[in-house]
Amino acid sequence: MSERASIVDVQQVEKRFEGAGATTVALQGINLTIGSREFVSLIGPSGCGKSTLLRLVADLTAPSAGQITINGKTAPRARMDRDYGMVFQAPVLFDWRTIDENVQLPLEVMGVPRAARRKRSVEMLSLVELSEFSRHHPWQLSGGMQQRAAIARALAFEPKLLLMDEPFGALDEMTRERMNDELLRIWERTGTTVVFVTHSIPEAVFLSSSVVVMSARPGRITHTIEIDLPRPRTDATRETEQYFSLITQVREALRAGQGPIAPEAAL
Amino acid sequence: MTTAVPGLIRPSSIRPRVIGVGGAVRSVGAFLLVLVVLAAVWELAKAIGGVPWRDFLGSPIDPPWNPPLRIKQLNDQNLPHVWDVATAFFQPATRNSPHSLGAILIDAAVFTGRSAFAGFVIGGIFGTALAVIFVHSRLLERALVPYVIASQTVPIVALAPMVVLWIGRDWTSVALVSAYLTFFPVTIAGIRGLASPDPRALDLMRTYAADPWRVLWKVRFPAAMPYFFTAFKIAATASVVGAIVGEEPTGIRGGLGRAILQFNEQYITGPEKLWATVLASAALGIVFFGAVRVVELVVFRNRQAVIEA
Amino acid sequence: MTDRLRQYLPAIAVFVGGIVMWELVVRGLSIQRFLLPPPTDIAATLIEQWPRLSQAGINTLIEAIGGFAIGLAAGVVVALATVRFAFARGALMPFAIAANAVPIVAFAPIMNNWFGVTSPVSKMMIVAVLVFFPVMINTVRGLLSAEPAALEMMRSYAASEVQTFRKVRVPAALPFFFTALKVGATLSLIGAIVGEYFGGSNLVLGRVIVESASFLRFSEAWAAIVIVSAMGIGFYLVILGIERLVMPWHASVRSTAP
Repeated sequence: MSERASIVDVQQVEKRFEGAGATTVALQGINLTIGSREFVSLIGPSGCGKSTLLRLVADLTAPSAGQITINGKTAPRARMDRDYGMVFQAPVLFDWRTIDENVQLPLEVMGVPRAARRKRSVEMLSLVELSEFSRHHPWQLSGGMQQRAAIARALAFEPKLLLMDEPFGALDEMTRERMNDELLRIWERTGTTVVFVTHSIPEAVFLSSSVVVMSARPGRITHTIEIDLPRPRTDATRETEQYFSLITQVREALRAGQGPIAPEAAL
Repeated sequence: MTTAVPGLIRPSSIRPRVIGVGGAVRSVGAFLLVLVVLAAVWELAKAIGGVPWRDFLGSPIDPPWNPPLRIKQLNDQNLPHVWDVATAFFQPATRNSPHSLGAILIDAAVFTGRSAFAGFVIGGIFGTALAVIFVHSRLLERALVPYVIASQTVPIVALAPMVVLWIGRDWTSVALVSAYLTFFPVTIAGIRGLASPDPRALDLMRTYAADPWRVLWKVRFPAAMPYFFTAFKIAATASVVGAIVGEEPTGIRGGLGRAILQFNEQYITGPEKLWATVLASAALGIVFFGAVRVVELVVFRNRQAVIEA
Repeated sequence: MTDRLRQYLPAIAVFVGGIVMWELVVRGLSIQRFLLPPPTDIAATLIEQWPRLSQAGINTLIEAIGGFAIGLAAGVVVALATVRFAFARGALMPFAIAANAVPIVAFAPIMNNWFGVTSPVSKMMIVAVLVFFPVMINTVRGLLSAEPAALEMMRSYAASEVQTFRKVRVPAALPFFFTALKVGATLSLIGAIVGEYFGGSNLVLGRVIVESASFLRFSEAWAAIVIVSAMGIGFYLVILGIERLVMPWHASVRSTAP
């Protein structure tokens, strides 16, 4: 643990899925501490349990063993206290609500008065640069815009912690880079802590303060790589020597974790 | 009757589902269980609000059971005992009839079933043909689909007497009335199903320079099968409804519709006969539905897991 | 607006063309009037018999709408209970689906006996049973149709069950629900007319059609059929209109996508 207060603390966590006859160990011996204002990416091959780890932190599923602490509370307590915002792989916007109303949804659930909700939604939409689309319905927006709306919604109630599960996985490379730039801008402005699941190495390196590399069968953490690229990071960052060498470092860590290459993982 | 005439206009809300054989067995089991419960509730209601019980020969039972309440809808006239309805099947249909009611109802169900089946086939073919045409012609779709929908808001019972005038007083008229109710769900589901293939699959066929017929057979029909079967299940029930309803105002003899009319007239003397006829109609509907379900299971035996509910 | 017009133009053309063809074919081939009276005859009868036909139409419509309301209310209540209690779902859904395969019109005479053949209530009850099953089945399916991801998101907000129900399940169920209402609107008129057929008041459209057909007054029978059809289409359109008001977001309503 650093001198900074820890936001997420995962100790000796294990997650098993009981199937018909067979038990799958999705995660084993996971220890992870994330400090305030950090941006941590979880990266690894499919089936390494990175999304499961995120869902454990979010209390969307319970660990089979071990302890998860968020802001010094248990994960269920933290969920009940709305300590985190979550962005899913799909934007999960409701067709029957306008973008503005979608952003207000968590605030409605939390019983925030209407005026305060409106004000907050206006702020958030301007943060993700969707102000002029607030009266639109989700289907009228492109995929990237929808995902930005989902981020605005996750940030609407000012959570200290933002959990993101491959939020840009479905976007094309150009849009994705733009979204990465914006995410960093938002992160710097809001001062949240981010846990970010991805399978893109450049994305993880560009965004993070540290990258947690995982391997599969059973899912465990093999390396943690500090990313000391200077901030603010811009398009120029993507062309620096240091950026490329960090990418190589993460790639090698991933390979080392894989051991003998499984044929389908060769991609 | 029509559960999920998928969306009438927009069938988008109902996605066809295919469930495995195990699910079908469980469904049948649950259905039989609920049937038993229903019979129990029926008798319980009569025990609370009926009239003094008699055995099935009509003599007072000993010791007598005298329900505490008297509710008109629950007396023996309006809600005969389950066993009275059951035994009615084995008793003569009318005082001097040589045939049991059960035998007569089986004949009637076969008669009505024949019309319904003919209607189902005619309606199915016609409905599929319409769907094929509409999928290939935007103009015809725009021009005619509103009338396909409007056709179903015209109560078919109202038209049945006219159909008899045109076709004649025999079972082909009934089959036509039945087809009128049957084609609609098939057309609507077909339009959606035939348009459901992945656009990339259609592009692929285009790169093969496949003609429209080949695209229809190789891509559109296979993709539409789940949609068609959803529609066929609705159509199976609709065809029986159409046949019964078609027999009623047209005065065609020999079927369940006619039997319902006849025993309705004799209701005062033998309410259990009308109930037995209604049960026979219900059984025919379920048999039709079940038959389509079985065919569906066979057709999709290799696709089971693909669209699990 | 002109786009709209262009969209409906083929349908309008078919309607006008169809009526003209009908008139010309019936008159040109001198088809016997009893087989198919020309539209002008039907229109004349409609005007001439309007007081009686409109009264019969209102009586039938009351039965249909009354029964529709009862069946709708019962269907929604049972659906809510079914969704709330998982064990009820396991037993009731297969039964409801099987019951839906039963030709419920066969129960019409029994309803007449239960609720009095002369009372409109007996017709309403048969309509109610017809409307009940599609409403119940579709409402259950709709309420269960919410995306798992959406439910998970509500869980991440620590939303209460009531909030999740109101904000996610109910809106997700609306398209299913309106599908059932459209089916029910059509069924309600069929049910009312079948119920009328087994006796009761004579001033209802079902009786008017059967009687005028048996007394060979065919243009009167057709005039009644026109009224029934108009009511059926009208009822359907009313529900379509409500659907557009209630769910302006739904795909079937979207006029302009980007």
